[in-house]
Amino acid sequence: MSAPQQRYDGRPRLLSRQAASIAEHMRAVGPLPKSVVPQLIDLVTASGLRGRGGGWFPSGRKMASVFGRDNRYVVVNGMEGEPASGKDKLLLRLAPHLVLDGAELAALAVGADRITVAVHRGTGLAGHVLSAIADRVAAGWGEVEIDVSEPPSRYVSSESTAVAGFVGGGEARPKADSARVSGVDGRPTLVSNVETFAHIALIARYGPNWFRQAGTADAPGTALFTVSGAVRNPGVYELPVGVSGETILRVANGCREPISALLVGGYGGAWIPPTQLHRPFSPEGLAPLGASLGAGIVVALPARTCGLFETVRVASWMAAQTANQCGPCFKGLPAIADDFAMIARDCSRAAYERLRFRLGVVNGRGACAHPDGVVKFVDSALKTFALDIRRHLSGQPCPGGPRVLPIPELPAESEDWR
Amino acid sequence: MTEQLKVDMIACDGHGVCAELVPELIGLDEWGYPVLANAPVPRELRKHARKAVTLCPKLALSLSNR
Repeated sequence: MSAPQQRYDGRPRLLSRQAASIAEHMRAVGPLPKSVVPQLIDLVTASGLRGRGGGWFPSGRKMASVFGRDNRYVVVNGMEGEPASGKDKLLLRLAPHLVLDGAELAALAVGADRITVAVHRGTGLAGHVLSAIADRVAAGWGEVEIDVSEPPSRYVSSESTAVAGFVGGGEARPKADSARVSGVDGRPTLVSNVETFAHIALIARYGPNWFRQAGTADAPGTALFTVSGAVRNPGVYELPVGVSGETILRVANGCREPISALLVGGYGGAWIPPTQLHRPFSPEGLAPLGASLGAGIVVALPARTCGLFETVRVASWMAAQTANQCGPCFKGLPAIADDFAMIARDCSRAAYERLRFRLGVVNGRGACAHPDGVVKFVDSALKTFALDIRRHLSGQPCPGGPRVLPIPELPAESEDWR
Repeated sequence: MTEQLKVDMIACDGHGVCAELVPELIGLDEWGYPVLANAPVPRELRKHARKAVTLCPKLALSLSNR
């Protein structure tokens, strides 16, 4: 199927339909299109929409795999555990009804009678979403019961199986079984990202052909990018999937100083060199670099900041975010972070050799993708910062420079997984 | 029908019994957790593989049909 990109008017789709109240929402997008529910899975499949939480899994296929089984459930994943991401929080604040519409329509299409919106604790988002839900009930808008849940603010608690487990009254730790098979209380559960549901709300109204006017043939539509680091105007920008890295930086008003790399996708994403900014930022466009679009995170690293030290900070934090379930993860990630620290700080060649071996051993061996994300991130640092590695290993470590990547405080030991 | 060994890494505690019983298909990493061959179990090793599945103290090992 071809993507008639030339017809896309360049206007944001999600961010141009902001509405705090249900009345404003009605004016922006019209009523909830319940008549399309029987065809919704086919429409979403035809639209080519892929999940915006980071996995880019085809949404229509995911919905179809939950459809037709008993006792289904829908979870809107607004956890946004990636520290450098802000798009889901923003979308829930600016257009909560678009997200909730998508969730309602998806629930009706797969035959689920309950929806839970999962958001981070302590952000005030839960109250915001609850008042949007109350607004809908008062207006007689929608018919599926929606509630809000606040899983603990840990990185791996954003993972779909962890969110579903928590909503079902269990711990917010990743599980071996997919939520589609055994999610909330063991029910087949559709867990999708906040932004994905918002796109579904628009596909239901304007159709798959409209959706495909933006983006690439393999990954149609627009996506929310959270751009930060050395750009003049950090923020969340909605752009068609497949725009170049240069365009993304230009939209954020360009870089205020020379940059040495771009972090793409998040802390489970990859560093790429500035020479690759011409590439289309889409799953397929970034795959040759071993990178992925992930949750749409783009961080420009100032050249005066040491990429190795930034990698150490993130890798150590990610190692501490393990759910302590799988040996290769809770043993392997701290070992990998330590190796990298010994390269950056102590110029250790032995650590470098050991690290390269360990990356191969740990990859793919956890129940969830957490260890794989760290392996990808660290591996990309070895490639993108190859020159810096050589300099550090030859006994010339750099002063480090200003810190760029946000490192949230670790949850207290006492804060458990419930 | 071909069978392949699978480990539930959440259940696995790294006892290492499996690697002793079927070293041809299971190695251990530096922390003692099993690294499984990404290949079907050959006919001559099926008996050993089944034994490893039964004797895993955490019942973390299984044989799956592909």
